[in-house]
Formats: sequence, structure tokens, C-alpha cells
Amino acid sequence: MSGASPVSRWSGPAQLVAKRTGLALVTLVLVSAVIFTISGLLPGDAAQELLGQGATPEQIAALRHEMGLDRPAVVRYFEWLRGIAIGDPGQSLVANKPVADIISERLPNTLILAGLTTLFSVPIAFLVGISSAVTRGKATDRALNIMTLAMVALPEFLVATIAVLVFSVKLLWLPSITIVPQDPTLWEFLRAYAMPVMVLGVGVIAQLGRMIRAAIIAELDRPYVEMARLKGVSQRRLIFRHVLPNAVGPIVNAMALSLSYLFGGAIIVETIFSYPGLASLMVNAVTSRDMPLLQACAMIFCATYLLLVLIADTVAILANPRLRQG
Amino acid sequence: MLSRRGLIGGMAAGAMLAPADRLIGKPRMGGRIRVAGIVASTADTLDPAKGGNSSDYMRTFLLYSGLTQYDGALRAQPGLAEAIESDDNIVWTIRLRRGVHFHNGKALTADDVVYSLLRHKDPAVGSKVKAVAEQFAGARRVGTLEVELRLTGPNPDIPIILAQPQFAIVENGRRDFSVANGTGPFILKSFAPGIRTIVQRNPNYWKPGKPYLDEIELIAIPDELSRVNALLSGDVQMVIAVSPGSVKRVKASSSHLIMETKSGLYTDLVMRQDHPVTGNPDFVLGMKHLLDRDLIKRALFRGYATIANDQPISPLDPYYNPGIPQRAFDPEKAKFYLKRSGLLSTRLPVYVSPAANLSVDMGSILQEHAAQIGLKLAVNRVPSDGYWSTHWMKHPLTFGNINQRPTTDLMFSLFFQSKATENEAGWKNPKFDRMLIEARQTRDEAVRKAIYGEMQWMIHRTGGIGIPVFISLLDGYDRRVRGLQPVPLGGLMGYTFGEHVWLDA
Repeated sequence: MSGASPVSRWSGPAQLVAKRTGLALVTLVLVSAVIFTISGLLPGDAAQELLGQGATPEQIAALRHEMGLDRPAVVRYFEWLRGIAIGDPGQSLVANKPVADIISERLPNTLILAGLTTLFSVPIAFLVGISSAVTRGKATDRALNIMTLAMVALPEFLVATIAVLVFSVKLLWLPSITIVPQDPTLWEFLRAYAMPVMVLGVGVIAQLGRMIRAAIIAELDRPYVEMARLKGVSQRRLIFRHVLPNAVGPIVNAMALSLSYLFGGAIIVETIFSYPGLASLMVNAVTSRDMPLLQACAMIFCATYLLLVLIADTVAILANPRLRQG
Repeated sequence: MLSRRGLIGGMAAGAMLAPADRLIGKPRMGGRIRVAGIVASTADTLDPAKGGNSSDYMRTFLLYSGLTQYDGALRAQPGLAEAIESDDNIVWTIRLRRGVHFHNGKALTADDVVYSLLRHKDPAVGSKVKAVAEQFAGARRVGTLEVELRLTGPNPDIPIILAQPQFAIVENGRRDFSVANGTGPFILKSFAPGIRTIVQRNPNYWKPGKPYLDEIELIAIPDELSRVNALLSGDVQMVIAVSPGSVKRVKASSSHLIMETKSGLYTDLVMRQDHPVTGNPDFVLGMKHLLDRDLIKRALFRGYATIANDQPISPLDPYYNPGIPQRAFDPEKAKFYLKRSGLLSTRLPVYVSPAANLSVDMGSILQEHAAQIGLKLAVNRVPSDGYWSTHWMKHPLTFGNINQRPTTDLMFSLFFQSKATENEAGWKNPKFDRMLIEARQTRDEAVRKAIYGEMQWMIHRTGGIGIPVFISLLDGYDRRVRGLQPVPLGGLMGYTFGEHVWLDA
């Protein structure tokens, strides 16, 4: 993988990556159709939700017409798809402003939370996974195994609730809700994010740690590891120089899954800490039947997921000499 | 005090709470609090007319003032109007307070009031009280500080109706509500829909000496458990809507208190009168006798409720009729009526949902008691989302959830008049409809009271709804927050806490 390689050496992987990208785009279009259909199946619509329990049928019909909800679904779908393609997800039916504006307020929040959680949990997950793998079968490994299994099994809402009860209500150390002041100092910033990052981190560390352990152990059983050991390679060098590069494919895949979860699946954490991220925005959009907003959020989540998987695939291809040669 | 006939005047602003102020000490100026409501979404608005939930109402009352305002006994007190008078309940003269200014410095005049009242009739405004405003035949400026409001028919409740948050006064011609320019106790500092509203003290507020706090931050924590945790951890100083189950936790804290506001809010069993089974009068009576009111009050609301009597007017309402005998839980009677209806052996689904406060538990209790007398009810639990549009009133047996409305007339005309769209049970009674109009036309208070009393009897006897209890509103707050008092129309002083509370050192 050195930069000095001739261009022809990269044409194989480039083709593979191009193919994957094409597939991802096709998937995204299919997903858009599914999102549009499913959101259309929800009972009631924005006009009904907005006018509330006491609206007359005439009022609803008038508002529906104004919102363009009375046109055929196919027409609305292609109009929306065209908008998405040129980067304009339309106008929110409820907030009376462009969907893009609403999302651009929330997206940074989600990115910060996901980013901080990644920074916090990935190193720990590596530490856990590697220590566990190299001490396989020993006390350290068993202790770490029990710990990560327990962490995987604990539902997020339970971890969050207990953490709030202990750290916020009893000890009064950390805030129970995540409110970031407008111009926070570093301390205020870290303090505000401590709880949600910790709670999200529990699941990510456990899952990722276990995947890393499994991937490394699978490699440790291979003949080349034995060969390296016989040649007298140190344990440290063996893990970092020989094993990890070979295990990178499955590890990166696991990381992609964890990250996409942080992006769209943080709804429980967002709810408990009343943190204004994208996931709660989407739930909001569902209850108010704000279809353009709902569909835009869903598309963002799917696109992020596909992008992360694509990156993981690409890394795996590039890291694997056999795939690399095409 | 202002009678429902509508003479107000002479009272010093804010005097309604003065006696209590003396009891709890002298208000202190300054300080900042954070308050957590229940709802925040992209639909959050700074337009009073569009306000549709408790957080919107709180925001409205922080930033705007109404012509009148509610007191703790569901009466109207002077607000921006010094006096609202009428000889015939049709043509009303509104005299405005002198020297009131909007946040941008503009003086309040009759034009602002005329604009604010009439804009509700414009469909483009999307006002939540458009239906109420339809009775405004016209409004015109009589003098700089005098407005004449003409109605399509007599309505003695106008002063009370105008205290609703949606009728708060905005500036003449204002269409852009991305900012708030009101006459309220606080000035908007920042507003992020779905996230937070920050307001700061209005130094030129028209009530001298008020408000007390420098700044209030309004956020929302939809999850009840998180809301209570945020209060207990000191992240917020006030929360609205604490569930009865959490009261113990809050009370156990040495630095927090609970305020109980008795209200007319109720969750009711709705029996559609247009269905052959639930429309049978004996079936309805039987079901009403199956409601275990004491158990519901004790077990579901931990005592924070008032036993109700299958009619919607709560003891807080000045027109409440105390003479109707209390209907008790009586399985024998229930069985008698159900047998007489010949429907004891029918199997019926009852729809419950978390959307209608505690209806899931009420449904289970009802099912249990019904089974004991041989009536089979299937409890169908459906999600909150979409409940009101797809289930409520759409099946023979559902549960509803109705908030206290400011006047007896509104309770009856919104939910019991034959043609009302929210007539939950589809109960039709021409005599009731006639009496409703009659009560509006009479100018004799005693006659009105008698008419409303009789109407409560009618609903109690034949109405298609069973109301087990009126639910108390519970708010939690930091001990240092002072000046809170119950106003039955909603939590946190009917959402008007902003100008009344102060922070003790």
C-alpha cells in the first residue's frame, strides 16, 4: 500500500469501489421509494395534525390543498425525488421554513455527539479487544468478557436512567440534561456531554471491543502468526505490524455499523437527556406528520449508513491484497 | 371582581395575588431560572394565535399580555383592558390602560387591539381560536384607547374568553412572527423552535414592580422521568406536569416542592350514541355504575384527583351544580341495567391509549369489574401517535381526554351541543341546545346559574360519557422559587407563572 506503486496496480480496486458506489446509489433510490410509501401509510396527515382535534372537514381539505397534499402520490414522489437530487428537500409543512434550515440546526448536534462518542469509545474498545485477545482464556480475558457481555445486554435506557440517578440526582456531579451554553468553555462543554457520551459509549465499547477481540483471535490462529513468533517477533510488533493490518476488514465494518448507529439510533439518549439531535427531530416529524422533514431525515440516515459501509468496504478492499489485485 | 356580566374596572393590576404575596414575604428582584415544559417541536411558535400546547401558552404569557387575565377562581381580571362593559352582551366597549408600550417602544392603541381581535377570522392566520372568533361581527376604534367589539349574538363570557392565550394582543399589522413584539413581562432574547426560548426582564412592563426575575429559559423535556430528574439534579428550577407516581420522589427532596392545582381536566369513557349497543340508555347507565371512582382516584392518581359525577363541570366552576347526587360504583346496579338492556352477553372492544391520560389503567379496571358481572370487554391498547385522528370517537367505546375550558358555555358548546364536532359521544339533545342559547341570552345571573345547573343534570342522567374523576395538575419546583399559586386552567399558574414568581436568595 505504498504511495509509490504504479497506477495500474490500483485499477482493480478502483473498479470495485466504483461498482460499490453505483450499488449504493441504486439502493438509495430504492430506499427513497420505500420511505415515501411507508410514510404515506401513517394514519392522518399534517393538515389534520396541525388543525387539531376540532377541525372541520372543510378546513382540513383547504389546508391539504394549500400544502399540495391532495395531488397524486406518484407526482409528489417524483417532485420530491428531484428536489432531493438537487439538494433541496423542500419546505417543512409545520414549521413554515425550508427543511434544509431545520436540519442544518440539528445536524451539528448529532455530529458532535457522534464524534465525541467515537473519540471516547474507539480507543477504549481497541484496548479492551486487544487485551482480551492476547490474554485469551486467562483471567483478564474472562473478566473483560463478562464485562462486555453485560454491557451489551444492558438496555440503553437503563444505563442512562441509572447514570442520571447516580451522577446527577444523588451525587449532583453532572447535569441530567444536555444543555450546551451558547459560548461554552471547554469545561462546560465536556461536562454537558459527559453523560450522553458515557451512556452511548457503553454499548459501542462493548460491541466494538468484542468484534475486535474476535477478529484478532481469528488471525492469531493463522500459520503466519506462528511463523512470526518462531522468528522471534515481539508480542507488541506481532499485534500491531502483523495481526491488526490483516484484521482491519472486519474491524472497520464493525466500526461502520457502530457509527451509523450513533448517527441515527441515538433516539433514547436524545430523549432522556433532551438533546436536540436529528433522531428526535425525526420522531417529531413523525408525530406532526411533517413528511418532507421526516423523509429528509430518513434519507440522511440511509445515506450516512450506506456511505459508512462503503468506506468500510473500500478500506477492507484496500487492506486485503487478494481483493486489491482484483 | 368582575362578574360574568362583564363590569371590570378600578382594580389595581395584579391585585388578585396581593394577599398571598403578603403571606409569603416580599418579592426579591433578580435571578434566573430554567423551566421545563413537556412539548418542544419545530412547530413551536411566537404567534399567540397559533399556540396549541402548554409550552406555546407559557411562551405567549411571558412575551405578550391579554386584554384580561384569569384569577384562581376562573374569573377575569383586568389586563391591558381597564374595563370591558356591555349593556346587552352584544356590543362591548373595551377601555384600554394608558401608557402601555410594546417591546419596540410603540405605544398600545385601539388599532392594535382591533387588529389582534379580527385577525383570528382570517383563515391565512391559522388561528387556533378561529371558531371562537367567528362570533366577532366587527371591531372598531372609538378613541385612541377605546374599542367597540360587536358580536353576532349575545355572549356574557367575553371578558373571560379574551383571557385565553391566543387572544393576546399583538402590534397592528404584524405578520412576521420570527420575532416577538408584545407588551408582556419579558422580552425575547433568543428563540430556537424545538430547543429553547430565552427571555429577559421587560423594564417597562405595565405592572409596576413586575416581573421579578432577570431571565427565564424555557426548555422542554418530554419524558416525565427525565423531567423530574432534571428538577432533582438542579438543572431546572421548575417543571410542569409531574405524574402522581413521582410526587413521593420530589417530596422526599429537601429542596423541592409540589404544587397541586385542582382542575377540571378529565379522562372519560366515551360511549357512542349512534351505535346500537353503546347507544342503549340502560347500557350507558350500567357502564357509569361500573366506574370505580374511588379506586381510580386512590390507585391511579394517588389521591391527586376529585371524584366526578359523569358531567363535565367541575366544583371549581362558579356554575357547578352541587345538588346532583353522586353516582357511586355499584356492580349490582350495573348488572341490573345491563341485564335490562339485554346486552350483558355482548363482547365489546374498548380502545385505550397513553394519549388519553391513564386510560390504559382505567380500561383495565373497568374490564376487571365488568368481568365480575359477566360483561366481556376486550381492552385494545393503541399507540398515542394518531390516536385522536384514528380511534377517538371512531369506535363504540373509546376514552377521551378533555382539558378544562375557561367557561361553562365553552365546555357545553364544544363537547355537548348536538352539532359540535367534538361532541364525543354523538349525544343529541335539542332541549339542551336550546338551553345553551337561552343561557347566553339571559341577563339574570341567577337564571343562568339555574339553566347551567339543569344542563349538568341532563348530561349526568343521559349523556354518553362517564367521567370518573377530575384530575389535579401537579408541578414541581425548587423551594427557592416563590410566588406560585394554583390557577385551574393549566399547570404553573395557568401558564402565567413568569410575572408572578421570584427567586429567594
